[in-house]
Amino acid sequence: MADQSVHDRIQQEISDNDVTVYMKGTPTFPQCGFSAAVVQVLNHLGVTYHGVNVLEDPGLREGIKEFSSWPTIPQLYVKGEFLGGCDIVREMFQTGELQDTLQQKGIEVQNAA
Amino acid sequence: MEFAQRIDRQLRQTFEIERLDVVDDSAKHAGHSGAHPLGETHFRLVVVSLDFEGVGRVARQRLVYDALKAEMGERVHALQLSCRTPEEDAKLGV
Repeated sequence: MADQSVHDRIQQEISDNDVTVYMKGTPTFPQCGFSAAVVQVLNHLGVTYHGVNVLEDPGLREGIKEFSSWPTIPQLYVKGEFLGGCDIVREMFQTGELQDTLQQKGIEVQNAA
Repeated sequence: MEFAQRIDRQLRQTFEIERLDVVDDSAKHAGHSGAHPLGETHFRLVVVSLDFEGVGRVARQRLVYDALKAEMGERVHALQLSCRTPEEDAKLGV
């Protein structure tokens, strides 16, 4: 089990930011193709988001997997809720579901069509 | 082929499968964390089943990961997943 402080930190982060991405690398320099894909979708939609580099913190890298019971990174959170990983984000973007979901949650989206 | 076959078998036992693609993408991840000299660490799956009807996307993937717990514990490091209902699959067309 990751310690409670990691759990608290994540909870705080996803509450403080409307859109949070836990990823490998940074939004400017993603260090994994799957993380890069999620960032690309968000950038394309002009969504403001907070990127967290899990490679900087081994505790967080494991902790985020426990937090969401999700085995992989990246992970996208919107308004405190886990939305999915790379495959889900890509597929939702493709079908337009991501744009709809973001807008329903009050997140500003450009290029929604 | 061992793990690819196990994944195939396991998913067919768990879900009423309409379509199942199991593609070994391990070569693309050679040298990354989780890579193994014998490969079979990274798979790309398309799982089409009526069992996904009315189930959210996150929940669908959790069902698949749950079904493949043993394989994930041994060698498989990550799955690229597309879990669809037959209707969604027809719409996506890939």
